Amino acid sequence: MMKLKTGALVAGILLAALAGGNAAAEPTKPECLAGAKPGGGFDLTCRLAANSLLEAKLISKPMAVTYMEGGVGAVAYNHVIGKRGSDGNLITAASSGSALLIAQGKFGQYDETAVRWLGALGADYGVLVVAADSPIKTLGELVEAYKADPSSFAIAGGGAVGSQDWMKGAILAKAAGQDPKAMRYVALEGGGAVLTALEGGHVKVGAGDAAEMAKHHVAGKVRILAVMSKERLPGELAEVPTAKEQGIDIEWPVWRGYYVGKNVSDADYNWWVDTFKKLVETPEFKKERETRGLYEYTLIGKAFDDQVKTDVGRFKVLAKEAGM
Amino acid sequence: MNLEYLWGGFAVALTFQNLAIGFIGCFIGTMVGALPAIGPINGIALLLPIAYTMGLPPESTMILLASIYCGAEYGGRISSILLNVPGDAGAVMTALDGYPLARQGRAGEALMLSGIASFVGGMIGATGLALFAPLLASLATGFGPAEYFVLMVFAFATLGSMVGNQPVKTLIGCTLGLMLATVGLDATSGAYRFTFNEPELGDGIEFVVLVIGLFSISEALLILEHQASGLTVIRQLGRMFVRADDIRKSIGTTLRSSVIGFIVGVLPGTGASVSSAIAYTTAKRLSDTEGTFGKGDMRGLAAPEAANNATACGAFVPMLTLGVPGSGTTAVMLGALMLYNIQPGPMLLTERPEIVGGLVASLFIGNILLLILNLPLVNLFARVLTVPNWLLVPGILVLSIVGVYSTHASGFSVLLMLAIGMVGWLLRKLGFDMAPIILGFVLGHVMEINLRNALAISGGDVSILFQSKISLVLWVLAAGMAVLPLVLARRAKKRLKVAAPA
Repeated sequence: MMKLKTGALVAGILLAALAGGNAAAEPTKPECLAGAKPGGGFDLTCRLAANSLLEAKLISKPMAVTYMEGGVGAVAYNHVIGKRGSDGNLITAASSGSALLIAQGKFGQYDETAVRWLGALGADYGVLVVAADSPIKTLGELVEAYKADPSSFAIAGGGAVGSQDWMKGAILAKAAGQDPKAMRYVALEGGGAVLTALEGGHVKVGAGDAAEMAKHHVAGKVRILAVMSKERLPGELAEVPTAKEQGIDIEWPVWRGYYVGKNVSDADYNWWVDTFKKLVETPEFKKERETRGLYEYTLIGKAFDDQVKTDVGRFKVLAKEAGM
Repeated sequence: MNLEYLWGGFAVALTFQNLAIGFIGCFIGTMVGALPAIGPINGIALLLPIAYTMGLPPESTMILLASIYCGAEYGGRISSILLNVPGDAGAVMTALDGYPLARQGRAGEALMLSGIASFVGGMIGATGLALFAPLLASLATGFGPAEYFVLMVFAFATLGSMVGNQPVKTLIGCTLGLMLATVGLDATSGAYRFTFNEPELGDGIEFVVLVIGLFSISEALLILEHQASGLTVIRQLGRMFVRADDIRKSIGTTLRSSVIGFIVGVLPGTGASVSSAIAYTTAKRLSDTEGTFGKGDMRGLAAPEAANNATACGAFVPMLTLGVPGSGTTAVMLGALMLYNIQPGPMLLTERPEIVGGLVASLFIGNILLLILNLPLVNLFARVLTVPNWLLVPGILVLSIVGVYSTHASGFSVLLMLAIGMVGWLLRKLGFDMAPIILGFVLGHVMEINLRNALAISGGDVSILFQSKISLVLWVLAAGMAVLPLVLARRAKKRLKVAAPA
C-alpha cells in the first residue's frame, strides 16, 4: 500500500508540474494485469500492449505484466474494483468473453459499469470447424445435417457451458431451428483438445477461434466451414467464406481490450486513451498485432465503453435464449 | 522400436540450464531423503510452486521434480544406516542390515555399497522406462472421453491394492479427494459449485494449495508434536571404500532386485515400500544360507536399495503413458503438468515428446550425478541428520507459505493452505494416509469431466462406456485389479491355516 501511495504522490507531483501543459502524465509504473495463468489469452493481450507501447516509445519504462488467475478473469475484476479502483498505472486485460461472463452474472456482484472500459486493440473471430474427412463442406450443409438429426451432432468447444465457444454452438443450433438447450455440447479444455476430439471422431463439430484453428486448417487437419466476421479475413483464411455469406447472420468477434478502475482520474484515463490512439497508428504495433495472431479491431475510449455495454446487453438476451 | 524421443530428450536434458536444474534437484532430493521427517513428496510439493513461479518451462520443472524424487530414494538410505530411522518409505528395509553394519563400524562401506546398488537400480529402471514408455504409448490412439473415464475407473480400482491394510480409510481418503475436486466452475453446466460466492474458488481448490497443505503443513505440525526422539547418530563412518569381495557377492542380488523393483513400480498403486520389501525377502530366501541377514549382510543392504530406485523409475511408466499416477509422488507430478495446462495421458508422448524424453533422459543423467554426489559427499549429507527441529519446522513453514503466495499472490490461498494443513494433521493423527486424497483429487477431476463429456456425446446413453475395445479391456482389468487383493488375502490366510498345524 505504501508503494501505491508513493506512486500516487509522485504522479500527483508530476501532474502538478505539468498543470500548465496540455498532456496528462505518463504512468510512473505502468502495469498490465492478466486475469489468468501465463500463456493464455489475457497474457497475450497484456503482452500486445506492453511490448508495442515500449517499442513505439510511448512509455519510457517497461510495462510490467502481472498475473492473477481465477474464474476466467473474475478474480482480477473483483481485485481491480475492490483494491485498485483509482490506480492510474494499471490496465487490466479483458475480452468479449469477459463481457459474456458479466452478462451471466459470473463476475460476482459487479456489473459492466463497475470499471472504465479503455479500448480494444485487436480481435480474433469465431469459427466452426469439422474434421478434414467430414462429408460436410459448407455451413449450409452443416445446418441441414444438424436439422435432420440433431441428436447425432456432438459439438465440442474449448470452454464451459456459457463460454463463447458454447455460444457459437448455440447459435448454430438456433440457426437450424433447434432448441439450444438440447444441444450436445462437450466442454473440453482449450482448442487443442477440440482438435483431438475431432480427429478421433468423438465429436462432429468444433467451435473455436480463427487464429488457433487457421494453422490446423492449412495443415489439412480440420476444415473451417465459416468465420464469424463481418468480412472475409485476410491472409491464410481468405478462401473461407463468412457465415453471413452463407446465409446465416452471425458475427462473433473475440475482441481483446482493457479496462481501468472506476475511480481512475479523467487525466489518467485520457492519457491512456490518447496513447492507445497514437499506438494503433505505429508500425511497431501493427507488427506486434500480427505476430500475436490478431486481426484489426480498434475501438478506443467512449466508443469502446459503449460497445461493451451494448455487448453485455446483447449477450444477456442470447444467454437467456440459449437457456442459461 | 522408435527411440527418437529419447535422443531428443537427451538434447533437452543436456542443455546447461537443465543440467544445472537436475544437479540442484539431485542435491535437494538427497537431502530431503536423508531427513527422516520429510520424504520426496514434501520436497516436490515445496519446490513445485517455486519452479512454476520462476517461469521454468514444463520440461525443466519435470526434470527438477524427477531428480528430487530419485535423489530422495538415494538419500533415504543415509538415515536408515546411520540412525536406524528410514528417511522415506522405500528405505525401511535398508535399515535391517544397514544399521547393524554401522554399529559394527562399517557405516562408510555400507553407504558406498548401497550407493552403488542404488545407481544400478536406477539405471536399470531408467532403461526399462525408456523402452517401455513408447510401447505403451503406441496403444494411445483412440482414447476419447469414454475411454478416459474407464481408464480412471481402472486407476481407482488399483488403489485397492495400495495401502491395503486400511481399506476403509483409503476409501474415505479417496472420497474426500473426489469431493474436493468438485469445487469450482462446472464446465458441463456452467454453474459454480461450492464456491460460497468466493471468486477465488471459481477455478476450484488450487492443486499446489492442497498438496502443500496436506503434506508440508501437516508434516511440520507432526514433527512439532513428536519433538523429543532421543536417537543417536552414528558418527564413526569407518573405512569409506567398499571391499571388492562384498561387491562381487552383491552383484546377483542387485540385478535381480532392480528388475523386481521396476516391475513393481510399473504396476499402478504399488510403491517403493512394497518393492523393497519384496526384494529383501526374495534375497533373504535365495541367499541367506548362513543366517547373516538382519545382522549386517551387504546383500540385505543392496537388495532394497536397488529395488526402491528401480521402482521410482518404473512408477513413471503409468504416469507418462496413461496419465495414471502410481503413487502420491507421481500424482503430484501429474498435477504439476496440469498446472502448465498440459493434459497428461496417452497422447503426451506424441504431443510433447520433449517433456517425456527430457524426463527419461534426465533420469539417466540424474543417476550418474547422484552417484557422484553420494559417494564422496556422503559425509556432508550425513550432517543433515543433525539439523535440529527448531530450524527444520520454521523452514518448512516459510517455504510453504512463500511457495503458495508466489504462485497466486493471494492471501486467501495461504489461509486455505493453512486450514487444509490443520485438517490434514488431524486426519493423519487418526491414521489416514494423505496419498489417496491427492489421487482422488487429481483423478476425480479428470474422471468427472470425461464421464460427462462421454454422456454429452451419446446424449445420456450409458452404453457408450462399453462400446470400444479399449474400454472393454480396461473394464476387465479394473475388475481384476479390484478383486486381486481379496484373492491374495484369502490365499495368504489359507496358507497360514495350512502352516499352522504343521
